[in-house]
Amino acid sequence: MIDQADQVFVLLQHWLVSFLPAGLQQFAAVLLSVIAIVCVFPGLFALTTVFERKGLARIQNRIGPNRVGPLGILQPIADGIKSLTKEDVVPTSANAGVHFLAPLGLVVAVFMGFAVLPMGRNMVLVDMDCGLLFFFAMSASTEVSVFMAGWSSRNKYSLLGAMRAVAQMISYEVVLLLSSVSVVMIGGSLSLTKIVAAQDQYTGIFPHWYIFTPWGLAGFIMYAIAATAETNRSPFDLPEGESELVAGYHTEYSGFKFALFFLGEYLAMFSISGLGATLFLGGWSAPLSILNWVPSWIWFFSKLMLSIFVFIWMRGTLPRLRQDQLMNFAWKFVLPLTLLNLMVTALWRFMGEGIARWIVCSAILLVAYVVMGRVEMKSEHFGPRSYRYAD
Amino acid sequence: MTPVFYILAALTLAGGLATVMLRPLVHAALAVTVAFGGLALLYLSLDAQFAGFAQILVYIGAVAILVVFAILLTRGSDLPREGVFSPAWLSGLVLAAAIFSVLAWAVLRSANSLPQQMAVPQVTVHDIGIALVGRYVLPLEIVALLLTAATIGAVIVAMHEKGGAQ
Repeated sequence: MIDQADQVFVLLQHWLVSFLPAGLQQFAAVLLSVIAIVCVFPGLFALTTVFERKGLARIQNRIGPNRVGPLGILQPIADGIKSLTKEDVVPTSANAGVHFLAPLGLVVAVFMGFAVLPMGRNMVLVDMDCGLLFFFAMSASTEVSVFMAGWSSRNKYSLLGAMRAVAQMISYEVVLLLSSVSVVMIGGSLSLTKIVAAQDQYTGIFPHWYIFTPWGLAGFIMYAIAATAETNRSPFDLPEGESELVAGYHTEYSGFKFALFFLGEYLAMFSISGLGATLFLGGWSAPLSILNWVPSWIWFFSKLMLSIFVFIWMRGTLPRLRQDQLMNFAWKFVLPLTLLNLMVTALWRFMGEGIARWIVCSAILLVAYVVMGRVEMKSEHFGPRSYRYAD
Repeated sequence: MTPVFYILAALTLAGGLATVMLRPLVHAALAVTVAFGGLALLYLSLDAQFAGFAQILVYIGAVAILVVFAILLTRGSDLPREGVFSPAWLSGLVLAAAIFSVLAWAVLRSANSLPQQMAVPQVTVHDIGIALVGRYVLPLEIVALLLTAATIGAVIVAMHEKGGAQ
């Protein structure tokens, strides 16, 4: 019974496929999984928009959407109909072809990332040997779409937004990759299913998640920072800073093309949270061994939604950074710490079992964090800022 | 030589040709992205997953983006008045054809001298990693040193000049 609940989607897929002739079965199985991914995550996106607007409203002491349906729960349907029926405006001086291709390219590239995420026991579309590399390759190719959107609009706000977005994504992608490399060093594989399997073990009732090690905790924090910046979420939402750039690179998009950008942004958030959960939080494994009877996919999606909640919480709490602060933070603070974390991971790997490696690794990371923070703060001048190019 | 190969080869060639023929510089940069993507798909169709995804990550994710950045920062995105061909296009064509014929000759000759392997070797990422830090560790380190030197050079070029007005 417990096993069946755990494997319910896999069994459902096998059952549906068994009606077809043998030649078509493999194709149908893949098609069904793709349909499931293409339905589930946009559905989750619809839920999240309402959840986000409600949550932000609560943080700001408002009520939020409450007119459409009970408690405003049908708001996304109204939004969807609105954006479908809106006129699709393309500026006359815009580059029509590139303008049309940009949102499509973004959404396709983001959807591809879900192909390698293990969403439950045996629930992965393609169990690739280098799944992690595939994921990063796909997330890197979204940058081209962002640039295409900003450039083809022929609008200075769009272009500035795209330049900011791409600069930020390149800078934080380095951190994102390097903080994941430490997991690969310990897990010994680029395959995401193997990384989850390595964490799905228990000492007593406690799991072997990588976040419960010194290097894993440091890596997870840096991964979370980089993921927030990669998905252009607050406090790193400069590319679409409403007060300065109208809406960033999608200023000139209306109707369903805008909705596609919106969808792409949230899907990127889901996929990067899913990868974070897979790498550091044990993927679909239960947080305590006594909770193993709960189906694995419930754990994966709870971890996903929990990180979405943290994203929303941060958006409601933190002010936006300035561009130079953003870049300095990435290159002068987070990147050196990630490189140090790689060495600490290697040390952890070769020191062998025992309490000594816990003390040594934690001490190195803590000392580096404190010293670097102090040094950076000392060189920071709190006074009127001189602008190199604007004076 | 399957239909897939021909489709991918046509895509890559079309991207490459568009890169040199298109007049707007940004369009050329986007076309070179298509050519990079076609190459990555060719690697994937040869079962070289690691090379294919690394190609996408490095060339589409970084090189193409740096190219468009450079174009935008240098204000080269305006349409060139005269054609995109430099006056020396004929000698360039001859040079390219010569290099192509030498490479093609070498590739065609080497196909005969290699032992005929019918079974495609299964190379996993694990094997590539072991080979990189085992047998090929010296080239790897040399490349790493070169890249570090290039990074330091870039930082020095971009640094504030001392004494000048900030």
